[in-house]
Amino acid sequence: MSHLLEVNDLEVKFGLRQGDLTAINGISFNLDKGERMGLVGESGAGKSVTGFAIINLISKPGFISGGRVIFNGQDLAALSEEAMREIRGNHISMIFQDPMMTLNPVLTIGTQMVETLQAHRRITRPEAEAIALEKLKKVQIPSPEKRLAQYPHEFSGGMRQRIVIAIALITDPEIIIADEPTTALDVTIQAEIMDLLQQLCESEDTGLILITHDLGVVSQVTEKIAVMYAGKIVESGLTDRVVNNPKHPYTQGLIKALPGSLQPGARLNQIPGMMPTLTDIPPGCAFNPRCPLCETICRNQEPPFIPVDHLTRMVACHMVKPDPSMGTR
Amino acid sequence: MKRTWRRFKASYLLFSFKQDKTAIFSLAVLLVLLVTGLLAPVFSPYDPYDPANIDIMNSELPPSWTENGEAAFLLGTDIQGRDLLSTMIYGLRLSILIGCGAVILQGCLGVVVGLLAGYLGGKIDAVLMRIADIQLSFPYLMVAIFISAIFQLAFGIGRYEDLAVPLLIVIIGLAEWPVYARTVRAAVMGEKNKEYVEAARVIGLNRWRIMFRHVLPNTMTSVLVISTIQVANAVMSEAALSFLGLGMPVTKPSLGSLIRSGFEYIFSGSWWITLFPGIFLVLLVLVINLLGDWLRDVLNPKLYKG
Repeated sequence: MSHLLEVNDLEVKFGLRQGDLTAINGISFNLDKGERMGLVGESGAGKSVTGFAIINLISKPGFISGGRVIFNGQDLAALSEEAMREIRGNHISMIFQDPMMTLNPVLTIGTQMVETLQAHRRITRPEAEAIALEKLKKVQIPSPEKRLAQYPHEFSGGMRQRIVIAIALITDPEIIIADEPTTALDVTIQAEIMDLLQQLCESEDTGLILITHDLGVVSQVTEKIAVMYAGKIVESGLTDRVVNNPKHPYTQGLIKALPGSLQPGARLNQIPGMMPTLTDIPPGCAFNPRCPLCETICRNQEPPFIPVDHLTRMVACHMVKPDPSMGTR
Repeated sequence: MKRTWRRFKASYLLFSFKQDKTAIFSLAVLLVLLVTGLLAPVFSPYDPYDPANIDIMNSELPPSWTENGEAAFLLGTDIQGRDLLSTMIYGLRLSILIGCGAVILQGCLGVVVGLLAGYLGGKIDAVLMRIADIQLSFPYLMVAIFISAIFQLAFGIGRYEDLAVPLLIVIIGLAEWPVYARTVRAAVMGEKNKEYVEAARVIGLNRWRIMFRHVLPNTMTSVLVISTIQVANAVMSEAALSFLGLGMPVTKPSLGSLIRSGFEYIFSGSWWITLFPGIFLVLLVLVINLLGDWLRDVLNPKLYKG
């Protein structure tokens, strides 16, 4: 069966004066209809760049240098700008981190919603407004009729993010890419927005790619997960399996660093060191300078990204041995 | 409509306007001048364009309250025997017309150029802004002298009278558009990296729509503020051109050409022909500038954030 979205060996580079810098180094994953996936990693791991690469909107000097993004059988990386605009917002929507910034301050939210619809469908304004109204109800905005004529500054942060979600949903897209949708909100609102997003994706059967560094959020919302480190996926698999039984030392470090896993009063665990900058990624496994299990092979040879059990779990680490019950490959 | 009005009544703009006595005074004076100018035929005692009203015997009469003044001519008459007050009111109308027309022209041109240069960037930006630089490095008086000289040659002095208003609008409009282009470009370059522009691209809007519908309205604050100052500038440019004899002809004098025509007789004692149009001009430019200052303070994005 072919997937709704297939990312194959995607590679993104940034052309700089000193030469090209590889931001995404051959990542692959796929997403089925209605499936929710988390993309986790530290800042600078390439999560957001992956999101933008899917809709082919990497700002200069970045560019997709290799690999394919297959959506509904089309390679998005090779599509013309014209054809790509048809996909953006219509079939794949994106939600950004800061709802204060993503709404145009001088247009009413009604106008902004109608505009999105009119960019993709031949539709009159009253028709579009009716759809906008329906979506505002779906994201639980009270008295939506009144709200349509208001400007973004008349809304609170949480309300704005709801509106951003409503705009993302307005064309009934197949996939929503949510780039840290709750980072700029306070904790109680975060939970509400995540619940809403999950619930809407379920009821509309929309695929979700949730980009975040919050493992708690990911385990709550998503079905599968991919952990990124320095432009590569180091571990992927079903969310509850990865979270409960992390295999890669980096994932293990991330899980251990969560405050919930400790006795009260104990010091938090942390992964020593920092993620390497893109200019000096160490040879071998990129994680080796920080890895507690590091051995000679890790410094010399890049670990292959291989399946380690029957349940689509893939890990890129020399120290993780495939489940013996899988037999010889 | 009602809603918009209610919104306006509750707005910060109106609130700060009510607080500012200078602004209230300036707006009041400006409105009086605008209404008087635009409804010139209603307010002026005579029609200065009608030769039947002109009697050479009445020339150079001083204002009515002075020794030789006549009650019929409140501010006296000019050298051709026209009532000075009427001529000034008609002149005011021409000055306002030319000032606003020139600003609309330079605004449209400058905003579009600035928007394209700022948003598209790269080579387009370089070419457009170099054109603007070249334009700014020509003194506008030189350009104006050049154009009107060619024009008067090509169409003859007779036609010039009819075409003087549009011609002046074009000359002043073309001379000053780079001011808009630079301001808008700078504002656009600040706006285009904001996330709402990115969001608009993610929605799948094309670049023209993003430019004109999303970025442009967000730069309108600065456009509005420089527009007030530019109107004042354009009125003064027109007066300067007319003073040099390159603007409105004496048969249809603007404030500037009135000042000039009086200037020739100021040493023979006819001070009023220059002084009263001069006061009118100063008053007009001053209130526009004061309003512009107030507007700049109110709309300052650092003080007022939506």
